[in-house]
Amino acid sequence: MAKVEATIVGIVSKILVSIGEEIQNGQEVLILESMKMLIPVESTKNGKVKAIHVKESDFVNEGEVLIELEEIS
Amino acid sequence: MLFEKRESHSLEGSRKMSELNEKSKRLQLGGHSKYHERSAEQGKLFVRKRLELLLDEGSFVEDGLFANSIEEELPADGVITGVGKINGSVVCIMANDSTVKAGSWGKRTVEKIIRIQETAEKLRAPLFYLVDSAGARITDQLEMFPGRRGAGRIFYNQVKLSGVIPQICLLFGPSAAGGAYIPAFCDVVIMVDKNASMYLGSPRMAEMVIGQKVSLEQMGGARMHCSVSGCGDFLAKDEPDAIRIAQLYYSYLQKSNGMDFESSDTLDSLTSIIPKEQNVPFDMKQVIHALVDQNSCLEIKELFAPELITAFGRLEGKSIGIIANQSKIKGGVLFGDSADKAARFITLCDAYQIPLLFLVDVPGFMIGTQVERAGIIRHGAKMIAAMSEATVPKISVIVRKAYGAGLYAMAGPAFEPDCCIALPTAQIAVMGPEAAVNAVYHNQIQALEPEEREPFIQSKRMAYQEDIHIYRLASELIVDVMVEPEDLRNELAKRYDLYSEKQLDFSRRKHPIYPV
Repeated sequence: MAKVEATIVGIVSKILVSIGEEIQNGQEVLILESMKMLIPVESTKNGKVKAIHVKESDFVNEGEVLIELEEIS
Repeated sequence: MLFEKRESHSLEGSRKMSELNEKSKRLQLGGHSKYHERSAEQGKLFVRKRLELLLDEGSFVEDGLFANSIEEELPADGVITGVGKINGSVVCIMANDSTVKAGSWGKRTVEKIIRIQETAEKLRAPLFYLVDSAGARITDQLEMFPGRRGAGRIFYNQVKLSGVIPQICLLFGPSAAGGAYIPAFCDVVIMVDKNASMYLGSPRMAEMVIGQKVSLEQMGGARMHCSVSGCGDFLAKDEPDAIRIAQLYYSYLQKSNGMDFESSDTLDSLTSIIPKEQNVPFDMKQVIHALVDQNSCLEIKELFAPELITAFGRLEGKSIGIIANQSKIKGGVLFGDSADKAARFITLCDAYQIPLLFLVDVPGFMIGTQVERAGIIRHGAKMIAAMSEATVPKISVIVRKAYGAGLYAMAGPAFEPDCCIALPTAQIAVMGPEAAVNAVYHNQIQALEPEEREPFIQSKRMAYQEDIHIYRLASELIVDVMVEPEDLRNELAKRYDLYSEKQLDFSRRKHPIYPV
């Protein structure tokens, strides 16, 4: 199971994908806000969005799992 | 009679020569063929082939080929040392031969390494360490480990030579236990993916001593060191790639006056690359590529702490060292690792007279419990100390925001840059308008009716923006010059040329107390 993790501690500013959507390696899936900067989080795998564990305005720690992906066969 | 005697001498001589040639050739073959085969299976080149690729053809002279030649199985005692040339410049070489007892160190191996260090110091020539060694030969420990000219002296010499001559490490195989300090004391470490490794304790030892079970790659693999620990600077895809990187790296340290160059063809696009909003990420690498000569950018520690870019580049053929905030990654915020990365790169450039360019777009140092516990203050202090002490020509360009101690760390006006240049998008402040209004007016905002808050905040933000407007800062002489992005390359090239004879003694004390 591939995961997309928070790259920095901060607040979830915007979620750019929805469940079931197919995403590519390198695609921006979520924007975090930290230190007053908008920080895009990219997927490091190809896959289909299986679960989104956060909602907008949530606080997240670095390394926290934001999105889970299902690998596409 | 006399004639006959001479003839017999000459015959004896030629017999000796042929014996010498034969012995030399045998020694040059290194270890047993089975070890050569094993190396080839791992994608490794024989050490003499590595030297052939690295050095100018026919330039190499070797010392100590006969070291330990009484022992059949230890040609050259497992290390090749000598002097040659790269691109016409004299360089010294130490190269482990992993086909000879896995490149391990015996008494004469260590002596040869120490001697080539001494030679490099005398010649003021860079020393390339081609490392592929299992570490100490435990059976020879008394002769090679503890004494005055034991292995410790190699590291002592490295420390002494640091900043005097470039020390460049190409890591082709393991660099184990004490041997791992050779790369650690070099200026730069190029690691071959999959084959290179560095560790104090092997996975086998870790399992035995602390019960941890991990792979060699996890413990000290090239990718881990280049992206996580920061002990590696370049991740090479194979050995020829590592050698190409070493040559390229060294080319930036060589005098490059009169080199042909072409301007970048993307300079005109700079205005469109840099967003006007302070919080929107963009790719600072595009700015660097637009500023430097075409095809003249070599990023160092590209995979480590990428929120800060450190790179060599050339401006009108001359080398510069670039330190730039990358808002695309972690907002370009400075972390402990990015501060360490910057500190090291700044000292590298300063040691070898490479002028510095700071491209500033920094929201500040990271805050929060995680970084405080990791000592972000002392890490940040390292960067600020290194930048303060650098006496090479030093220019800071405020590309966008320069907030808080980020301004200081990126060679802000108080840190004696030769000039501080602002682009029209520049903004300098203790903190950005949003954070500042909240900090100053928090109690007042809370006391207001909810519907009154937003207009109040907006008006205070506007006033704050006016207060820190870049024209106001230029009017107060905080920045020295304002330029359009399209004119920046030209402005920088002119200024580095004018500042090239800069003389500055930062201090004559013995040394500072380093923040570490």
